[in-house]
Amino acid sequence: MAVESASELKRKDVVGIASLEPAEIQLILDTAEELLEVARRPIKKVPVLRGATVVNLFMEPSTRTRFSFEMAEKRLSADTLNFSASTSSVSKGETLVDTARNLMAMAPDYIVIRHPNVGAPHRLAEVVPASIINAGDGINEHPTQALLDAFTMRQHFGRLEGLNVVIAGDIRHSRVARSNAFLLNKMGAKLRFAAPASLLPAGVEELGATTFLRLEPALEGADVVMMLRIQRERQAAVNFPSAREYYDFFALTEERLALAAPHAVVMHPGPMNRGVEIDSAVADGERSLILDQVTNGVAVRMAILYLLAGGRGAATADS
Amino acid sequence: MTGKRAGGARRIQIMDAEEIERTIARMASEIVESNGSDLLLVGIHTRGIPLARRLAERISVLTGAEVPVGRLDITLYRDDVGPWRPAHQQPLLKETVLPVPINDLVVFLVDDVLFTGRTIRAALGSLVDYGRPRAVRLAVLVDRGHRELPIAADVVGKVLETTSTEDVQVHLAEVDGDDGVWVGKEAGHGG
Repeated sequence: MAVESASELKRKDVVGIASLEPAEIQLILDTAEELLEVARRPIKKVPVLRGATVVNLFMEPSTRTRFSFEMAEKRLSADTLNFSASTSSVSKGETLVDTARNLMAMAPDYIVIRHPNVGAPHRLAEVVPASIINAGDGINEHPTQALLDAFTMRQHFGRLEGLNVVIAGDIRHSRVARSNAFLLNKMGAKLRFAAPASLLPAGVEELGATTFLRLEPALEGADVVMMLRIQRERQAAVNFPSAREYYDFFALTEERLALAAPHAVVMHPGPMNRGVEIDSAVADGERSLILDQVTNGVAVRMAILYLLAGGRGAATADS
Repeated sequence: MTGKRAGGARRIQIMDAEEIERTIARMASEIVESNGSDLLLVGIHTRGIPLARRLAERISVLTGAEVPVGRLDITLYRDDVGPWRPAHQQPLLKETVLPVPINDLVVFLVDDVLFTGRTIRAALGSLVDYGRPRAVRLAVLVDRGHRELPIAADVVGKVLETTSTEDVQVHLAEVDGDDGVWVGKEAGHGG
């Protein structure tokens, strides 16, 4: 294996891939691999986090990430509290901190936060003693998604180093693409972005990917093809003329997938827009790992919760 | 018995490779005599696993039937691992594999050293999450005393009189490269 595993996560929080060491990423993936087994038992629960309280603070809509965290927490025997707030009431940083301080009066051990503002989890990590886990902050990072994506690639190929990974679609609004870029670069994979110019972020060259303005040339020899959801809620109309036109140029169809390596696999962080960025035949095809990603997500989140239990009193992750 | 200087502390060798093999053979026949068929041996990480494999080989020679062997990681059931502790290193997780459903089998937990009994309590907690065995029994190579819980072994290789601060070291070739049991004052693993 290319990267040695760390012996521990020496941190209180997981707020982004940017601040994780490669050895820590390896440790999370190795730990998740053992925790995957819990889901195959007759009793899918272990007692290791009994007595711990986890607050799931979701300030943005989420179904699968919230369910995945909640299932991870329950499989480790933690108690869970779910807070969903409308974005309008907590859109200012000061209000968020006040919310968090009120939550701290209930003494949670962890706060899992999804927030529309970039840096909200980082800010929270500085002001509360609970372990903060970022479940997505604006267009910045979604570290647990990148970790479960990497886990799924490693599970399939046995390695990350040297894999040719294409991430295609709405890179500009995608915290998934950013976190994946940080992670895949740290772990030695080769990354390509494919997107129309209007869906590439400013400063894309800093993300360590080869950029393509068409999907076809990016797919050549690819081992992994990850299609991103078109995020209509984050876009101005000017970036995105029509779903039909997007489909014609950027959707992953069986014909386009044939350009990738014969053993290539297909991933998608969900939720999918079938017939926009991906064809149903591809999404449901035998090369699709999309449902493995969902299963693996629970194990990866269990691993982070487990490993952070050792980090009480450690310095905050980054700022 | 040979005394051995290591790191300035005195280690006394209690068992050598030959005695360990003899002891395992005796333990295997005790297991067969008292329990017969429908056996599953489950080794507890780390040295319980090679020990369980060696016992299973001996048992299959005695009975002519293969005995399934599993391996158990008790970390998630330990009473000293959890979020209420101050900053610490969370133990690394290892693989748990039970090759057959454990319902209605006689499950023999196998470990190298029986000491406080806390590992075995955790192992019992883990096993019941996999099913309902007909019986759970315990086989250990060394019982060194100083129990902190009401737990006893059914099959014991050797009873060792120790003080609670002494360190009992079991080496098995599959893990350590050689076979032997030592008692000494050195810090190290002690079950």
